[in-house]
Amino acid sequence: MKPWRQARWAIGGVCALSMAGTPTSANAHLINTGLGPLYDGAVHFAVSPEAVVPIVALALLAGLRGSAHARCAIILVPVAWILGGVAGIISGPVSIAGLLDCLPLLILGGLVAADFAVPFYGTFMLSLFLGLFAGYAFAASSEAPVETRDLIGSAFSVFVLMAVIAAFAVVAKWRWVRIGERVVGSWIAATGLLLAGWSLR
Amino acid sequence: MTRRGLQGTSLALALVIASTQVAFAHTRVEGTFGFFTGFMHPIRGLDHVVAMVAVGLWGAQLGKPSIWILPITFPVVMAVGGFLGLMSVPLPGVEIGIALSGVLLGLAVLTETRPPLALAAILVGFFAIFHGYAHGAELPLGENALLYSLGFVIGTSMLHAVGIAIGTMYQWPWGKLTVRTAGGIIGIVGANFLWSALA
Repeated sequence: MKPWRQARWAIGGVCALSMAGTPTSANAHLINTGLGPLYDGAVHFAVSPEAVVPIVALALLAGLRGSAHARCAIILVPVAWILGGVAGIISGPVSIAGLLDCLPLLILGGLVAADFAVPFYGTFMLSLFLGLFAGYAFAASSEAPVETRDLIGSAFSVFVLMAVIAAFAVVAKWRWVRIGERVVGSWIAATGLLLAGWSLR
Repeated sequence: MTRRGLQGTSLALALVIASTQVAFAHTRVEGTFGFFTGFMHPIRGLDHVVAMVAVGLWGAQLGKPSIWILPITFPVVMAVGGFLGLMSVPLPGVEIGIALSGVLLGLAVLTETRPPLALAAILVGFFAIFHGYAHGAELPLGENALLYSLGFVIGTSMLHAVGIAIGTMYQWPWGKLTVRTAGGIIGIVGANFLWSALA
């Protein structure tokens, strides 16, 4: 690797670590970026780990399966997210059962960990169901009322996150990277199992 | 964007997202900051630390495919134990099981024991249940479940990574002695905990 590229990596890594090492409290229901509801929604998603983690899992799964699966997922999930979110806005505030929250983590994390050869229609259905459920849960369980523009902003964040992660998974050609992605899948599945225990406790 | 640029951007994005704290926007989420508490939990317990490092050491010593099978399967098996702990399912001798894991895994590394993969996986999985159970039973009230669980699973995996990193020295003659010595030390520490658990 050329020295200037190494320097760029090092600078980028230091900046990223600095940002990661100085987290501040995220009061998502009070988020007001001052840039309008579209951006509020985008940031709202980014600071909601219960929304982010299943999306990460699906993006990894789609990426591991190849570019066709990835394209399907990154288009379908945000669209389904919006549809589910609209349903959530219409239904009003709802408390989502903890066990339902665990299922996406368990299923998707397990599939990633096992590097299961999900067929295309499987990816399609998983993307559809996750988008609908996660969008609904995002809108329905928010303490602050969610507007349509919040939803669109959050869907944009979903799209960006899925695109980046799926693309990373698709282009990764080294075996150890694929193993690393499966390890992340096992983390997500393990977290889902623990959440299930927590909700049943 | 080039591939390297994409990877750099995605790494930065992942780190930023990982830095988020609890979001209070949703009614089903309760608790305070949980990720770093969960991450530090396995690291604060020396009995957990030595056993997790030993798993990584032994996996590296056994070579492929153990070196990557263990990091993939261990978190899930440990979570099964955690689930049992959260449900308060009776599991006798948890502390003895945890201490014994340090002793046996340390000895396995010291003696360069190479059982069949299935047997190694069963042994490691057996001890993973005990470690997970202890974590689940100790889950403090008021912690954000998702972030805490994610934190402690990742913390455990980081300890495996430390063991694997040390274990990669096994390919050199001086490294073999180092790894086996590390196994011996882990066995001694485990024996100390076993003594305390039985006393």
